[in-house]
Parts: sequence; C-alpha cells; structure tokens
Amino acid sequence: MSSRDQILAAVKQHQPEASVLPSLEGLSGNMPGTLEAYRKVLEGLGGSLFEIKDESEIPALLAEHYPHLQRIIRVGDEQRAWINEDPHLLEDVDMAVVPGQWGVAENGAIWLTEAEIPVRVLPFICQHLAIVLPAGRLLPTMHEAYEKIGAPQTGFGVFIAGPSKTADIEQSLVLGAHGAKSLVVFITAG
Amino acid sequence: MNRQTADHATLADKFNEDEPRVDWHDQTLWWVRAKRDKMAWSIPEWEQLRETASAIKLNALGNLHDYLVQFEQQAIQNGAIVHWAADAEEHNQIVTGILKKHGVHHLVKSKSMLTEECHLNPHLMANGIEVIDTDLGERIVQLAKEPPSHIVLPCIHKKKEEIGELFHEHLGTPAGNADPQFLTAAARQHLRKEFLQAKAAITGVNFAVAETGEMVVCTNEGNADMGAHLADVHIACMGIEKIIPQRKHLGVFLRLLARSATGQPITTYSSHFRQPRPGQELHIVLVDNGRSRQLGREDFRNSLKCIRCGACMNTCPVYRRSGGHSYHTAVAGPIGAILAPNLDMKDYADLPFASTLCGSCSNVCPVKIDIHQQLYKWRQVLVKEGYTTAAKTAGMKAMSGVLSTPAVYRTAGKMGRWVMRAFPGMVNNRLNPWYKQREMPAPPKQSFSQWYEKNKKS
Repeated sequence: MSSRDQILAAVKQHQPEASVLPSLEGLSGNMPGTLEAYRKVLEGLGGSLFEIKDESEIPALLAEHYPHLQRIIRVGDEQRAWINEDPHLLEDVDMAVVPGQWGVAENGAIWLTEAEIPVRVLPFICQHLAIVLPAGRLLPTMHEAYEKIGAPQTGFGVFIAGPSKTADIEQSLVLGAHGAKSLVVFITAG
Repeated sequence: MNRQTADHATLADKFNEDEPRVDWHDQTLWWVRAKRDKMAWSIPEWEQLRETASAIKLNALGNLHDYLVQFEQQAIQNGAIVHWAADAEEHNQIVTGILKKHGVHHLVKSKSMLTEECHLNPHLMANGIEVIDTDLGERIVQLAKEPPSHIVLPCIHKKKEEIGELFHEHLGTPAGNADPQFLTAAARQHLRKEFLQAKAAITGVNFAVAETGEMVVCTNEGNADMGAHLADVHIACMGIEKIIPQRKHLGVFLRLLARSATGQPITTYSSHFRQPRPGQELHIVLVDNGRSRQLGREDFRNSLKCIRCGACMNTCPVYRRSGGHSYHTAVAGPIGAILAPNLDMKDYADLPFASTLCGSCSNVCPVKIDIHQQLYKWRQVLVKEGYTTAAKTAGMKAMSGVLSTPAVYRTAGKMGRWVMRAFPGMVNNRLNPWYKQREMPAPPKQSFSQWYEKNKKS
C-alpha cells in the first residue's frame, strides 16, 4: 500500500464523527470600515498614507518624500519590459508602485494579486513599496474581504499589512527585514 | 535523530543557573503575552472567533479524509505535484529526491516547524545539500548551531550581544556591535544574496484550503515570498492537520493567528500560493508522522487543532522560566508537551509533568484546545504505560494509597506536621525537591478538618 493510501486509511479509521461547520455570521461586530480607522492601524504598523485625487499626484509625492529613488517601477506604466525579464533583475528596484484590490481597516492589510502585478516577487524585492487603493475599496474586517475576493482567480495573491519587519533580536522592532523597508498607501478618490 | 537524553527538569535546572537571564526571559515573554491581551480585548467578538475557529477545526478533523483528497485533487489541478510522507524519514527522502533531481546543492528555507520535527536540515547536510534558514531568528540559531527555542520567536533565549558576536564571526560585522537595527540590516544584505542564488526554496504552510488547493504562508519578514518567487522549485512541507475546509475560513484564522502570537493585528504578509508561476515547479509534501495516530486518541486529538501561534508558551509560567530548549523537542511549551508523547512516549514522558496545570494555556489558545486537561490526562497514560521514573511511580502509588483512605490520610497529616515541627532538618534539606529555591512553610498546628470541626456552626 502506498503511503498515500496508508495515511488516508488511518485518517478515515481514526477521524471523529463529522460535525457541522459553524456559521460565520456576526463575527465582524461593529468594526468600522472607514478611512480614519484604516489610517490609524496602518500608521501603527509603520506605514504612511496619503489621500490623493488621482494617480497623477504620485510622482510629485514620491519625489518629495523619497528624494533618492533611482529605479521606480509603476505597474500600469507603458514601460513594461521588466515583466518579461528575469525577476532577479528587479533586485535594484528602489520603489514599486502597485495597485491594490481591497483594504482591510481592522488590520491595515491590502489584497494584491498577480492579475495586476504580473511578476510575483515585485512587491517583496523592491526596497520601498507604494500601493494605490480607491477609497471605496476599504472594508471593515477580513470576513468582508474574503466575501469580496470570492473564489481564487489567480495563481497567487497576498495580503500586505505594513512594511517588512522583524523583532527577532531581543524583541526590538526593526522595519525592513527581507521585503520592503517602507510602505506608503495612496488612497484615491472614489 | 539526535535526541537529548536529559529530561526537562535537568535542562530547566541548567537554564536556571543564570537567574538574571531567567528573569529577563520571563519578562520578555510576558510582555508578548500582554500585547496579545491588548489585541484580544480590542475585539468584542474575540471569544466568538475562538469558538468558531475551534468548531471549524473540529469539522476539519471529522472530515479530514475527504478534505485531504479534495485538497490533493485541487492542488494537482492547480499544477502542483503532491507527495505523501508517512513519517519524518519519508518526508526527508522526498525532499532530498526533489532537490537531487534538480541538481540543487544550496537552497533557502523559510520557517517550518514540521521540517524541524523531521530533522530535515541534518538529513540534507548529510546528503551534501546546504540549507540556509532565512527567518532572521532561525538564521541566528542556525549560526549558533542550536535548534529554535520557540516556534514563533526562534532565538528569544539569545541576548543581542551574543547575536552581535555570532554575526561578527559569520557575517563579518564589526566586533562589539549589538544594535538590532544594524544587525538586521546586515542579515538583510547577507540573505538577499542567498535568495538571489537559490534554485530551490522550502516553505512551511500555515493553512491549506481543501476547497481551492491553495496554501497560505504567513511571515513578517517576507522571507517565504523572497524564496518562493525567485526559485525554480518551491517545496511546501505541511502536516496533514493544516487543512481547513473553505477559503472564507481563512478570515477567522488570520484574525486570530498574529493577534494571539505577537499581539499584531495580522502578519505583514499572508501569501496565498495556488499555482506555480510559469516555468516553476511547485511540490507539496503532506506529512503524517504520527498525526493520524493522535487523531485516534480521543483525549488528545484536539491537539491537532493547533495553529502554532505560541500563545500557550508565552503565558506558561514553566516555559517562561525553563526556556524552550528544556523541552528537547521541536515544538516546546504546553502544546509541545501534548504533541511530543504521541511521537515517542518514552523519550517525552517527562514533558506532561513540566506544567503546574494552572490552565493559562487553555485560556489563551485561539482554537480553544484543552491543553492543561490533556497534560493531566497524558500523565495518567504515561504512568499506566510505565514510562515514568520508578521514583515518580512509587510516589504516585503511595500518594494514591494515602489519599484514598481517610484514616491513613489523617494519620499521615498528623505525622507530617509533627515531623516538620520536631525535626525541621528532615524536610529542609537538599533531598527534598520542594525545598529547592524556597523555604518550607511553618507547619500548621491543626489540619483543616480539625479546624473545620471546631469552627463549624451547626
């Protein structure tokens, strides 16, 4: 008997009587899905937030707050050669500007998928990350987020909440472990 | 497998030789526990979330056979290659086989307690394959040639000065620099090189969704993603109990996991791996290694609900003062003490006794595992099966004789109080383990029953 069949047989023999799945109703409580609630949590995670009218304001804001950026990739730009290059070559990207799908006020997380970001490693390998999210896409909790996201459409998706961090050395919080050292969220109108 | 022979009490004694360090360890973990409380209290429906998570896991265990088959089907449809390993050895062989097929001699690994449980690293080394742990804490203990002492905070037992020395020796940082910010930056540079060179990446799995065949991996550092998205081969290793039924259930678990673990609202990255990226190979190794046996132990099967948050360790008065290494198993602390005897009753017979049964672990567990009750039940199983030391068994038998016969109990109490008064040296000596680190209390003049007889109002 293969290990597969052996394991499955043992599981079948030993598993307890099946119980029903609980309802997920009422788990969100009265969490607010507001911009203010989102901003507070994001800033607590070490991220920053700018409210803008539209994406045309982004270059000026980046130039102001990140004056030393050399290589910037903006997903959606006409310069798209990077998509077909070896992803290892993204190592020198200083700033990646990527679109988010949904934001979650309770924990600051934003859902991104490879539908919008064709190279999976981009939001991780860049030194700094900017996510653009329309204001109308903020939700209170993870329950609403999974409701909106629904069934998977892509091979990879990720919730990102704040910059990469670690506290492995004596519980001292340090931003910038392996992923982006900072995160800025641009909330666009509408 | 290189198992330690010393038991928990002996190893804890060793840890306790350095009292200021024990205090520091204790306080650091309690601080993490306090952060968890603050987060939990900020969510009014917290208890309902715990109940729901526990019920989802119970459903998963009750349908585990079907969910595993469903997960496998979905994963294959997604383009993954699924392997099944009955035990640690088979797991290690499968992983080594994949790496050898691709000619990989050097790879990166993100945190996976399963690979610790299976002792994968020594196995790979013996096969001439170098594995670099990429979680900062795990890299630190790897450089120190130690196992992790905590499942979430692998080097929580290490002082920054010791880490500075390790980095000076291995990464060439200036001697004497122990600044966490500086050391983290040095590790970032060092590990970026590893990520860029690695042809293969191993990750653990936090949750595997039967409905979609996808796996969710949670990190704060981004190391799982840096590894998996750059490598040609991604190997995800998971215990069969990581299965959850549906995607929407992730909402419940992701709300609980990081809040319980470190008091964060969520980890920085919650990555959903479903399909390999074009040109990449994705392998999933499903490991039993005793889990199907634990599933059959009615008293202990709830331990398989564990989501590895570590909250039970942070709150445990014994763990905080004895250190993770004193448990001599991959998963330390209260949860480890109920998982380990299932793997080997003889080797881990000491662990269920490394507890005061105070119940704090059960109170913080996000999936409501009755941890302290299982510790108590394991003790009975282990004594019955003859895996406890002769002294403990004799002591238990004598105690049981005394406690089950009221007359004997009364006489023993009287004798005890008399001995403590007349010959204090009989109890205040090194042979009495209760005398260690504390004075014995003054013996009371009368027993509680005597006091009650005298004072009761009829």
